[in-house]
Amino acid sequence: MKTSLRWSLFFFLTPVLLWLFLLIVLPHIDLLIMSFRMDTDDGKTIWTLSNYLNFFHEPIYWLTFVRTAVYSIIVTLLTLVITFPLAFYITKVVGLRFQGFFMTIILMPFWVSELVRVYGWMILLRESGVINHFLLKFGLLRHPVEMLYHDSTMIMGLVYTSMLFMVVPLISVLESLDDGLIEAAYDLGANMWHILFKIIIPHAVPGIVSGCIVVFMLTLGNYLTPNLMGGKNSLWFTEQIYNEFIASFNWNQGAAFGFLLLVLSSLVIWAGLKMSGQKLSQVVQ
Amino acid sequence: MQIALSVQNVIKKFGDFTAVDNVSFEVPDGGFFSILGPSGCGKTTLLRMISGFIEPSAGRIEIRGRDMAGLSPNKRPVNLIFQNLALFPMMSVAENVAFGLQRRREKKEVIEQKVAEILARVGLPGFGEKKIHQLSGGQKQRVAIARCLVLEPAVLLLDEPLGALDLKLREQMKVELKKLQAQVGTTFVYITHDQSEALVMSDKVAVMNSGRFEQIDTPPNLYNNPKTPFVARFVGDNNTWSGRIIACTQEGPGEIVAEIETAEGERFRVRSTDRFAPGAGVDLFLRPESMLIEPDADIADLNRFQVVVKSILFDGANSRLLANPLTADTELLIALPQNRQYDYIQPGDKIAIGWHAQAGICFPKV
Ligand SMILES: Nc1ncnc2c1ncn2[C@@H]1O[C@H](COP(=O)(O)OP(=O)(O)OP(=O)(O)O)[C@@H](O)[C@H]1O
Ligand SMILES: [Mg+2]
Repeated sequence: MKTSLRWSLFFFLTPVLLWLFLLIVLPHIDLLIMSFRMDTDDGKTIWTLSNYLNFFHEPIYWLTFVRTAVYSIIVTLLTLVITFPLAFYITKVVGLRFQGFFMTIILMPFWVSELVRVYGWMILLRESGVINHFLLKFGLLRHPVEMLYHDSTMIMGLVYTSMLFMVVPLISVLESLDDGLIEAAYDLGANMWHILFKIIIPHAVPGIVSGCIVVFMLTLGNYLTPNLMGGKNSLWFTEQIYNEFIASFNWNQGAAFGFLLLVLSSLVIWAGLKMSGQKLSQVVQ
Repeated sequence: MQIALSVQNVIKKFGDFTAVDNVSFEVPDGGFFSILGPSGCGKTTLLRMISGFIEPSAGRIEIRGRDMAGLSPNKRPVNLIFQNLALFPMMSVAENVAFGLQRRREKKEVIEQKVAEILARVGLPGFGEKKIHQLSGGQKQRVAIARCLVLEPAVLLLDEPLGALDLKLREQMKVELKKLQAQVGTTFVYITHDQSEALVMSDKVAVMNSGRFEQIDTPPNLYNNPKTPFVARFVGDNNTWSGRIIACTQEGPGEIVAEIETAEGERFRVRSTDRFAPGAGVDLFLRPESMLIEPDADIADLNRFQVVVKSILFDGANSRLLANPLTADTELLIALPQNRQYDYIQPGDKIAIGWHAQAGICFPKV
């Protein structure tokens, strides 16, 4: 009995461990080694810290880095603020009958690839795009304005892309909130804000944190949306990594950047968990 | 005495369906009023109208003389204990109890003192730091009560608060709740489908059936003088026996005695609710404990008949005989006192039964 259990555990765990090792651990070890090495002019490869030092010496690198971090946090918070009322509305206000309908509507944009979605935004927003066309037609504008390639457009695009990953954990956590608690609080004299901050949000913390972690990681690591919607002067750190790998062929530098990004996301998530008093294992559930 | 709660001609309709149909009652300050009715009869709907979660379609609700129309639940001087208690799991016991006081912006020291006092009062001193999930069912019950009582509401509404507890605990809480109510003097409106809860605790009980109040009365009156067949059937156990009127006689003010003949041909004299015409169909209600087994021959004025014992339903103090009258298969439940006097009775025995005309009651057949 015991041995058969052990065997089945072994049987199911092996592919998972193998997958983890081959696709995650191994490449990362390789990248880590690579990030501490450099090709010298005379064709030799030496151990060095210069890839990391470069990052701190070149303002463009760490400025992009900080920018990416700050914008990712902003995107995460914006997504939360926009999605929370939506999730509440879907779970508690709309009847059960329409819940599926609303979920489908939210899911629908995600049936197409991110590229197509971003392209959709571009059709809407560009100088010769749909919105400009109508604004001109109704005489609200004299000359078309370029709405793409601003930081605000990029943030909007990122928020849009992230909403699904926030709304799903929020809906599941709000669904588990007993309506009776809201009514009881109301009966005991609470107004809308008390109910929100004393009952609903404390109950929803695990969902909020897990949604935020996912959205933050996806935004930080997003390449397509900042690249296409942000334009030339809103650089995202993933673009820097891409440039090092593909444009400059400097894999060692790219690997170092990749590791810095990993450290950054781990740090921010750790700080977020500390602040909300949650444990990773609880949140992931 | 001041009227704490007055409900006047309240109606609630959900579309075509009338959940609460023209209900009126008053509860004096400090009273314990119960609403007793089967599941789905509109009890919760009525309570939710009093607490303000739903607006009545028509009628008026006054609390201490003040009209409550248009006032939201957080503005009403009533508190509701929910069917599932609805304690806040993210807060400790003390935070739960303090919740309402904090909403009133009372001072921190005052809150702490009141919370400690009320927790002691409901028998949970020192439980403040515990989490809700660490409490037993009965303790949760008390926290829910404390959470409302600490606000000193004009009326405390309780929606089947003992429903989730097991039988033993329910018996115990029943007594405690009554004691607590007498101590704090808060007006209680208590709804339940358990007649024993209603009868034991209340000053007045309203029996509710499909949205209407059938009768509002004291527990003994409800039991002894039911005004409608529904009340006779719902409150306590009753045997129903159909028959027809032979004659009705007025034997005093408001006291009518009918002579009836049952379908089996037995003739009885029984208290009647009205002067029925001879030949009218009636239902005779007879409580198991009002039938005497083998009564002495010299007791006058007894209706007497014979039954065949089918089986003995032993249930301690609540034991019954299941029996048929000689000539028919109407089933009767007859109380079987466990005083060893009747130990000789066996299934299949033929025994004599007697009952007093005032112990039964007859209603027109519906
Ligand atoms: N929002 C609503 N819409 C339509 N019908 C409703 C609504 N709320 C309650 N009802 C109906 O009103 C009737 C009374 O419901 P209510 O909840 O008051 O019953 P209850 O007496 O409390 O029953 P229970 O003892 O089972 O709690 C039920 O038939 C129910 O289906
Ligand atoms: Mg109910």
